[in-house]
Amino acid sequence: MSNLHDLLAYEVVEGINGGLFTAEAYISSILKRIEDVESKLHSFITLDSEGALSAAKTIDRKIREKEDTGELAGVTVGIKDNISTKDIRTTCASKILEDYVPSYDATVIRHLKENGAIILGKLNLDEFGMGSTTEYSRYQPTRNPWNLDYVPGGSSGGSGAAVAARECTVSLGSDTGGSIRCPASFCSLVGLKPTYGRVSRYGLISYANSLEQIGPICRSVRDLIMMVNIISGKDEMDNTSMSSSPIILNNKLRKLNVAIIKELITGSDHEVTRAIYSGSERFKEIGCTCDEISIKNLHYALPSYYTLASAEASSNLARYDNIRYGFDLPVEEYKWDTYFSKVRENFGEEVKRRILIGSYVLSSGYYSKYYLKARRLRSLLRSELLTLFKKYDLLIGPTMPILPFKFGEKIDDPIKMYLVDINTVIANLAGIPAISIPVGFSNGLPIGLQIMAAPFEEQKLIDASYHLENAINIQRVTNAI
Amino acid sequence: MIGLEIHAQITALNSKLFCSCRGNYRDLGPNTNICEICCGLPGTLPVINQKAIEYSTMTSLALGCKVPDKIMFYRKNYFYPDLPKNFQITQYNVYGFSSIGVDGIYELDDAKQIRISRIQLEEDPGRIAYSEGDMNVRNSALIDYNRAGVALIEIVTEPDFTGPKEVRQFLNKLSLTLEHIGVCDTLLEGSVRCDVNVSVEGGNKVEIKNINSFREVEKAINYEITRQSSLYSRNLKIEHETRHWDDRKKITFKSRSKEEEHDYRYFPEPDIPVIALGIDFVPNLKKRMPELPNQRFERFVSKYKLSEHTSNILINDKKLADFFESTLKVHFSPTEIANFLITDFKSLIEDDGESTDYLKNLKVKPEHIAELVKLIEGNKISRITAKDILVKIFESGMLPSEVMNNTNSYKIADEKTLMDAVQSVFDKEKSAVEDAKTNSEAINFLLGKVMKFTNGRADPKIAMRIINNRLHNPDK
Repeated sequence: MSNLHDLLAYEVVEGINGGLFTAEAYISSILKRIEDVESKLHSFITLDSEGALSAAKTIDRKIREKEDTGELAGVTVGIKDNISTKDIRTTCASKILEDYVPSYDATVIRHLKENGAIILGKLNLDEFGMGSTTEYSRYQPTRNPWNLDYVPGGSSGGSGAAVAARECTVSLGSDTGGSIRCPASFCSLVGLKPTYGRVSRYGLISYANSLEQIGPICRSVRDLIMMVNIISGKDEMDNTSMSSSPIILNNKLRKLNVAIIKELITGSDHEVTRAIYSGSERFKEIGCTCDEISIKNLHYALPSYYTLASAEASSNLARYDNIRYGFDLPVEEYKWDTYFSKVRENFGEEVKRRILIGSYVLSSGYYSKYYLKARRLRSLLRSELLTLFKKYDLLIGPTMPILPFKFGEKIDDPIKMYLVDINTVIANLAGIPAISIPVGFSNGLPIGLQIMAAPFEEQKLIDASYHLENAINIQRVTNAI
Repeated sequence: MIGLEIHAQITALNSKLFCSCRGNYRDLGPNTNICEICCGLPGTLPVINQKAIEYSTMTSLALGCKVPDKIMFYRKNYFYPDLPKNFQITQYNVYGFSSIGVDGIYELDDAKQIRISRIQLEEDPGRIAYSEGDMNVRNSALIDYNRAGVALIEIVTEPDFTGPKEVRQFLNKLSLTLEHIGVCDTLLEGSVRCDVNVSVEGGNKVEIKNINSFREVEKAINYEITRQSSLYSRNLKIEHETRHWDDRKKITFKSRSKEEEHDYRYFPEPDIPVIALGIDFVPNLKKRMPELPNQRFERFVSKYKLSEHTSNILINDKKLADFFESTLKVHFSPTEIANFLITDFKSLIEDDGESTDYLKNLKVKPEHIAELVKLIEGNKISRITAKDILVKIFESGMLPSEVMNNTNSYKIADEKTLMDAVQSVFDKEKSAVEDAKTNSEAINFLLGKVMKFTNGRADPKIAMRIINNRLHNPDK
């Protein structure tokens, strides 16, 4: 057997339950792996080794005493640091929450714990999820395990890098405009943004409530199915959550109507396009139809997304006034309003930019010019997509229009940075599920294929992804570290 | 012109608007009635209280408002230390969506109509505790979030009031309505607040904030009308501004901050999807709707044959009206019981000082009053005796018959006993007796003396007959 830390989640569960190794041995292997590679990667903001070890011992005791260990027994889960974890510091990679320790678990964390998963620690991101590289983390950027000079994608960059580097079995990210799929694509992983409402957002620290979902990032489709089924479900703490049927592992893909989105192909780098076309061949091979189609309202997606996301963010982030929680800044010598301003200087540049944009588009006189227009464009796009889904089961294209890029390449130009989200924001605006699945490499840099489906049609996404995973025998493990 | 913006807490709710913390935060230690949600901790989401939607709908219906098929919530963004999220979840009437109630008409007793522009459901902020002055000049302030997230109903009227008297009538009637629906106990400290817009002589609108009880509203308006009229008469400009009511000094004063320049950046609350009330919601609620003061008035007049005057006195004091109806269940004699309650009973309670829930701890129960009235009707005791007995019941909680036996308060109807009493009075009041032969007022004086002699127990009709007989037939 290879190193324990290389195992996939379902192999870990089988190994621990079957007595091949203990949960403690598995955790020790993971912790050793983190010790070896973390200084090069910086995936974690907070590591809870003690908590993880003690959770592992509990699982081992339960196995000895023949108690139920849960479906994810011993699986180590890295958590994006914008998902609330009781008693574990949750920073959003922001200085403004540097000392914030939540008093409660997010609903997804509760589900994971109840099913025997081990919360390993908190993973890096762009501050409050705003970015596509982790360069906007207020701590330090995370590096891409496939090539340390390159960004791992973002905002859930820590969640991507840690799984790709086998620092944890699987991870949770959050996806507001592509933040799960971008790092999944850049780190050669499977990442799912579920249908809006499938997974409870309770405990996810809001960036843009109407767009975001929590989802898993994994090294295999099978792992992803286990994770999705555990975290899904209606939650009375989230008015926008809904119940859904569990996803199953189908070995054979039935014939589906697939369409490639033309605009996403033409806007992409040549190497990316080639990989996507070769991926689409795998659908044709088994008799799926594969048309090329156009989305009329696509050019509205990005401006609509950034208008709405910034508007919601400007309001969501208003609560950080350092009164009830936050960081250490004594109040003496300040008046209320000057203290407040001082506190809010602590946001990073990108966060400040979006708060400003958001406040602007909501202010009277501009509301109907920007915010309301963005909402209308959003519903136009959604209805167009829903109409397309009457004819097609799946819409495919590249997850990212470009290959992973080097640190510093786009950080000085916000517009350039925003443009890389063009393919991913569509699913958030429409509230539909979207997955990124590895389809190849170019110069050792990963390429991901994005598949979108109608609301709550995750089963189709996963069936197609499982087929691709088996059909394209892709290199699984990075040798870069 | 005067317009009102009233905030009434839904004191009937067990929990807050978006979390399960207690709705009644009063008498709790600071920051003990809080949770992740009402403190606005990162990642928490509001969970709407269904009962709050029902109560606010009932209020809207009672104030003649239309209730839409779908409602939604908005965020009102502003920074203030007592606002945990630095935005308030409220409602907003724009772009085809409306709040829980809209376009109402509420009629005052003299048939004057006040238009209700809208009724919205929203959350209360926390409270800042500082002894004096505002937070810009104090070194520190303390914040208590116990109240944060309590459900509020905001009622906004059109500027239809012409003077403070109409406002008082409106607020009295509104309190009564809220009490009848059971939404809000307006006597609880801080349960109602009022902002008032006043403009005189076509001048600029001045908003007065911070009036923390309905009683103070009239005073604030009077002050403001005087202030503005005096400016106007001296040809000075009335500034468009926000002022605050100082309920110790009884004056309004200009706000330090420029609140009128706020841009609240309203937008739809993404965490609460549009709520479709459903076609059955309003009809079902109408069926369950408690009786409103007007309906009760009609019923008192038609069913119990009470005078409008008597009915009004009862209805205007819901607890007294409830007591009245409980007494009727024991002994159905509406007129007699109503008269007794609005005179002797009410004055006794008012002497006792007005407490918020004065009937709750009362030793006198409907059974007592029923029995007392039966004794009067059975001619067992006089009305004057009944009042004395009532005083004793108030103190002891004993049944009227017990009090009567203990104190020998039976009405004296016995001719012989009364003739003796009249004789004694005639012996003492010789000059009055002479007067009485020609002056009827002196007869009443003599009757009074007889009543006094018998400690009020004499049957006045019989005593009067004996006095008349003795005056005109002194030898018999």
